[in-house]
Amino acid sequence: MNTRPAVVLDDVSKTFDSGLQALASVSLQAASGEFLTLLGPSGCGKSSVLKLIAGLDTPTTGSVISPATQAPGEAATAFVFQDPTLMPWANVFDNIALPLRLAGASREMMRARIAPVLATVGLTEFAGSHPAQLSGGMRMRVSLARALVTQPRVLLMDEPFAALDEITRARLNQDLLAWWIERQLTVVFVTHSVYEAVFLSQRVLVMGARPGRILEEVEITAPYPRATTFRTSLEFQQACARLTAALDRAQAGAPA
Amino acid sequence: MNRALPVLSLLFLLLVWEGVVRGLAIPPYVLPTPSLVLLTLWSSFGSLAVSWWFTLKISFGALGLACLGGVAIACVFALSRPLEAALLPLAVMLQVTPLVAIAPLILIYVESTTAALLTCAWVIAFFPILSNTLAGLRAVDPNLADLFRLYRATRWQRLRLLLVPGALPYFLAGLRISSGLSLIGAVTAEMVAGVAGRETGLASRILEASFRSETPKMFAALVLLVLTGVLVYSGFNALSRIALWQLYGERPKENH
Ligand SMILES: Nc1ncnc2c1ncn2[C@@H]1O[C@H](COP(=O)(O)OP(=O)(O)OP(=O)(O)O)[C@@H](O)[C@H]1O
Ligand SMILES: [Mg+2]
Repeated sequence: MNTRPAVVLDDVSKTFDSGLQALASVSLQAASGEFLTLLGPSGCGKSSVLKLIAGLDTPTTGSVISPATQAPGEAATAFVFQDPTLMPWANVFDNIALPLRLAGASREMMRARIAPVLATVGLTEFAGSHPAQLSGGMRMRVSLARALVTQPRVLLMDEPFAALDEITRARLNQDLLAWWIERQLTVVFVTHSVYEAVFLSQRVLVMGARPGRILEEVEITAPYPRATTFRTSLEFQQACARLTAALDRAQAGAPA
Repeated sequence: MNRALPVLSLLFLLLVWEGVVRGLAIPPYVLPTPSLVLLTLWSSFGSLAVSWWFTLKISFGALGLACLGGVAIACVFALSRPLEAALLPLAVMLQVTPLVAIAPLILIYVESTTAALLTCAWVIAFFPILSNTLAGLRAVDPNLADLFRLYRATRWQRLRLLLVPGALPYFLAGLRISSGLSLIGAVTAEMVAGVAGRETGLASRILEASFRSETPKMFAALVLLVLTGVLVYSGFNALSRIALWQLYGERPKENH
């Protein structure tokens, strides 16, 4: 893991047309291959940060450097939403194929790329199923497969597992870490959950609201791979305590 | 059993009708028995069939034009909110005005009777298609739209892979409603137009029979009309069900 930054936000502010200032003077860096998490109360601008990194929105002031803003069209950035955001009219194969198809890939090329991704998310037998026929966890796996199929360098995830049950969520956290290590991804992850943030991340940025800004930074030094036993370790609990305290300070600074 | 129920109740009603008319010796020019209506339908089928074909041509022609017009206008509105704000009220006004009230005007302004009938039927058939298709185009998942943007989809890809399949169920719902309306429009307009021209439809047969007090023939034409309406509606119902099955895979489907 080197330290060349994959994503840099420099003194970014964002004011929407409505006049609402969503972000004020946000600066952050994600090193290439880093697992970075944004944690903060609802409405503090976490999704706005991800959209800026994805190039789906432009900052009012400041600069955003990321693969999506520097080299658009390379599909080096993938986005996973809280909802699986699948096309209900398309089967699993066609849903995962979407980024490839939009880039003009041939059917053979799609098959070659999708087979391993399907195996990775464990949905090989469901290639022909439609989203309506899958469970919530399986749909999220399809969404993850679609994000991974372009072999992105940066993976942006906006509360991807928030709507899932605890067991499915833990499984997917485990799998996500495995894919992150295997593919040397840079992940910027958004969550409301202190436990999820601690289990996954190397570094957590705690944000405050009105206007959205970064208030604290907490490092989670526990080594990878992190097994499920990490969840019950003293180290985990101490990290959670530190993060919760930081979150409390952030909330106190900006009353909801 | 559920399918047989309406048929049984209808048969029962017809039997009661037949019995009452025979029992009370009601003359056929007041109320013919169902059996007499059937006989009349059989004996005058030659002339009725020609009219039936004409009415069918008008209503399917109007339905086709309503699809074209409704979808085209919906696309324009979907692209431009100001145009929608300016023009949708006009469409609504056209929709809420009773057809019988506008038909005489249309008959004055449009030279050819056939074209005037088509216009009348179009006027009431296009709105459900317009409003449903517009709703479908607007209902596109904004996250999915963001995804298309992230992967640099062209306008054409966006239309073909996102908007068309997303709006299709809405369009089909509109088409089902409009299929019935176009038949009503074709008949209503012809009623207003009165008996005229070389080619005439079922409405003219009904008017004609009414002038001559041929009540059984009026009923025969009416039966043909009702049957046509039911057939057209269930035909489009089946069509859209099959289309949705194909598209959304509600029924398990082998693939890949
Ligand atoms: N397109 C927009 N136009 C106007 N205001 C917006 C827009 N998008 C977001 N906002 C506002 O900006 C603020 C930050 O929104 P954002 O979605 O980034 O917050 P968030 O931290 O992701 O919240 P949550 O945890 O609820 O997802 C909110 O007050 C929101 O209402
Ligand atoms: Mg959000």
